[in-house]
Amino acid sequence: MNADGEPIIEVTDLVREFGDRVVLDDISFSVHRRETVVVMGGSGCGKSTLLRHLIGSMKPTSGSIKLFGEEITTMAEREIERVRLRFGMLFQSGALLASLTVGENVALPLAQHTKKLPDEIEQIVKQKLEMVGLTDFEDLRPDEISGGMKKRVGLARALALDPELLFSDEPTSGLDPIMTAVVDELTLKLACRRGMTAVVVSHDMTSAFRIATRMIMLGHGSIVAQGTPDEIRNSPNPEVQQFIHGRADGPIPLNLSQEQHKDHQVVRPRPFLSARFRFHHKRP
Amino acid sequence: MVALTAFSIGVTLAMQAAHSLQSLGAEMYVPDLVMLTLLRELGPVLIAVIVIGRSGSAVAAELGTMKVSEEIEALEVMAINPVHYLVVPRFLAMLVMLPALTIFGNYIGIMGGWAVCRFALDFNTAGYVLRALESADTWDLYSGMIKSAVFAWIVITIACNAGLNVEGGAEGVGEATTASVVQALLAMLVTNAILTSIFFFSG
Repeated sequence: MNADGEPIIEVTDLVREFGDRVVLDDISFSVHRRETVVVMGGSGCGKSTLLRHLIGSMKPTSGSIKLFGEEITTMAEREIERVRLRFGMLFQSGALLASLTVGENVALPLAQHTKKLPDEIEQIVKQKLEMVGLTDFEDLRPDEISGGMKKRVGLARALALDPELLFSDEPTSGLDPIMTAVVDELTLKLACRRGMTAVVVSHDMTSAFRIATRMIMLGHGSIVAQGTPDEIRNSPNPEVQQFIHGRADGPIPLNLSQEQHKDHQVVRPRPFLSARFRFHHKRP
Repeated sequence: MVALTAFSIGVTLAMQAAHSLQSLGAEMYVPDLVMLTLLRELGPVLIAVIVIGRSGSAVAAELGTMKVSEEIEALEVMAINPVHYLVVPRFLAMLVMLPALTIFGNYIGIMGGWAVCRFALDFNTAGYVLRALESADTWDLYSGMIKSAVFAWIVITIACNAGLNVEGGAEGVGEATTASVVQALLAMLVTNAILTSIFFFSG
């Protein structure tokens, strides 16, 4: 669709295993400039893991990830730093440095990576905090503000260097409906005016449909469906319908009930017990 | 805390030394013993023990908490190297402060020795100071300082390493802090034995 030039993110056959568990199973997609892609899916479906791979803090078992046309899976730490300067990341908890004030947190990337004067930095910090609705909060410490505020400060910090690409991990969870709208509008505005690309991981369907130009739904580590918001809304896939309408009954299995189910069926002792018995039997 | 510890050690050392040396009729060597033991061994070791308990554990806990609250990851994503930003300043601070505290502790310990000699034994102040200064040469001080610098390196390396490798929430932070204190104490004492034997055999 938006084929202006090379894709900004290109993921090909991405597989990640933790021991025997396959968390990401053969994922491929690409994101083009000016797109806002929302990645959704139930808890524990691998959304956050996928995001960690995209920012280069986890290495895949196999497959390739290209950011801005550069392969990051084989890069040395020093080279990844260069790529990281071009994107911002908003963590789920905000991940502010607890030892610095709100203002210093937002100023940190500016102070570390630009040669701007302290006055200039202060101006930019004020402006970024204003964007997220937190004027005059510079001197507070992260433990003096609420979770939702932390998240917005995290967003201001992610935007401090005016990145071309923004990753957000659940930017609106824990925000009130009005603040959610503010954050969504901000994302839209940045995408429109500055041509920023965004990859947003979210559970919040209202917000997702408001900002997305494209949606990807993950389930059990692989892509269940992807398409424009309209395509997703009208998707015949029952898993997608269950998720976007938030129904408890449907084809998506709940891990909890599955576990209980297994316990009822299986009569033999649990694995660790049987291992212990074996140990005793071995002894003369 | 350093002052109190060092003073107690100085006093205890002098009393123990006086007790043993009195039976040989050699109380006049008490200042020598206090001075040499403090400069070469007890000063660097005891101050390192205090700093491990107070600062080493604090660094491990602080970095560990930063790790579990995604702060370290956030730094990495902002292309700020956490080792440059967090470890280097702590390393330098430790490298300066541990030897500085050791000098301070030595001084207070020697005061403790003086207190015992002056008030419990037949020394006057000048006699104690002269005797103490005569017994030690600058190398005694330097060897203690070398030890102290090596301990600083060990303590902060172990603490930072433990903190940055924390996994699994608040419990992990606690485990890492304990581990850092235990490992640092062991490493420091073994290194002390090695350094002392190097100094001993090299003259």
